[in-house]
This record gives sequence, structure tokens and C-alpha cells, in this order.
Amino acid sequence: MNAAVLVQSLVGHTALVLGVGLFVIAAIGLLRFGDAYSRLAATTKSGTLGVCLVLLGVLVLEPTWAHAVILLVAIALQLVTAPVGGFALGRAAFRSDAPMPAGTAYDELHEHVERERRSTEDGESRVPAGEQE
Amino acid sequence: MIVNPALLDALLVVLALTLLPAAWRGATGPTEADRAIGADHAFFVFVAVVALLALRTDRYEILDVVVVATLVGFLSAVTLARYISRSRR
Repeated sequence: MNAAVLVQSLVGHTALVLGVGLFVIAAIGLLRFGDAYSRLAATTKSGTLGVCLVLLGVLVLEPTWAHAVILLVAIALQLVTAPVGGFALGRAAFRSDAPMPAGTAYDELHEHVERERRSTEDGESRVPAGEQE
Repeated sequence: MIVNPALLDALLVVLALTLLPAAWRGATGPTEADRAIGADHAFFVFVAVVALLALRTDRYEILDVVVVATLVGFLSAVTLARYISRSRR
């Protein structure tokens, strides 16, 4: 085994182990964190980077052009879509009134969401009232 | 052969074990958002498992599954988000 192959093997396996380690961190965060937003942060951040590191490790260990195209496209898609999906989930959690962490002092967005919700309810109730007149 | 099969097996077992907290969070999560987050994590683990299995079994056709799974994972996250917030958007 010459030196280049040894370095390639070492780098590839290190990337795989780091990626799986991030998944373990995400799982611990999923178990230990106390509110939905922290759990979402743990899952999305380490999930995104973990998937990218695992795919990079596979690419380093098996470097052909066909695999490079597939894996780089997958990495790019993961880097673009996973944070957006996590943001959508966090927004949905806030809109469905998931409890905030215990130390939260200011929640200005909540008032805004409430006002928006009330105005849309008024808008819906105004239509039947107008029909009654 | 530069790939270490024993290490890959160990990594696959560890990935399978990280599915347990996701399943627990999906079963007992206090809010619906927690259940969706567990599903999201399970999908990330699925993508990584497919990539590792391609390396472990030398069948690189299933790397195509990784690309498709990334897109389906995004769609599932957005769909679950719409479901959680109901009609409120």
C-alpha cells in the first residue's frame, strides 16, 4: 500500500466517522434538549453536515467520475434543501404554538402572528355579516 | 482494497442506533412538531445508510437513490410543516 492510497483511505474513513459522529450528536440532542426548537436545530444542523461528510467520504474512497457527479449533485441538493426544510418545520412549530424554552424573555413575533391570525379571522367573519345585510 | 469493511459495519450499526431516539421522539414527542423532527432525522439517517451500503456492498447503482432521497426528504419536510400548521400556513 503506497502513501497516496494510505492518505486516501485515512481521509475517506475520517470523513465517514465524523459524519456518523454528527448523527450521534443529533440523536443525543433529540433525546436531551427540552423544547422543539433546540431539537430542530440539533437535527437539521448535524443532519445536513453529517450527510455531506458521509457522501464526501464515499466519494474519496471510491473516486470515479460517475460517482463524483452523482455525489456532488446530492451534496449540493442536501446543502440547499435541508436548511430550507428545517426552517419550514421551525416556522410550522411556532405557528402551531409549540412551547418556547423556559428562559425566553421576549417573544415579539408571537404578537405579530396573533394579530395576523385575528385579522384573517375578522376577514372571514365579515363576509357572512355582509351577506346578512 | 482501501475500504475497511469492519469499520463500515460498525458505522452502519451506530447509524441504526441513532434511529432509536428518532423513533422515541416520534412516539412520545410532546408536540406534533417534535414528531416531524424525529421523522426528519430518520430521513437523514436513511440517506447516509444508503450511501454507506453502496460502499459496503460494492453496488454503486444505489447511489442514485441518494439523490432521489434528498429531494423526497425536502418534500416530506415541507409537507409535514404544512400539516403541522394546518390551514394557518
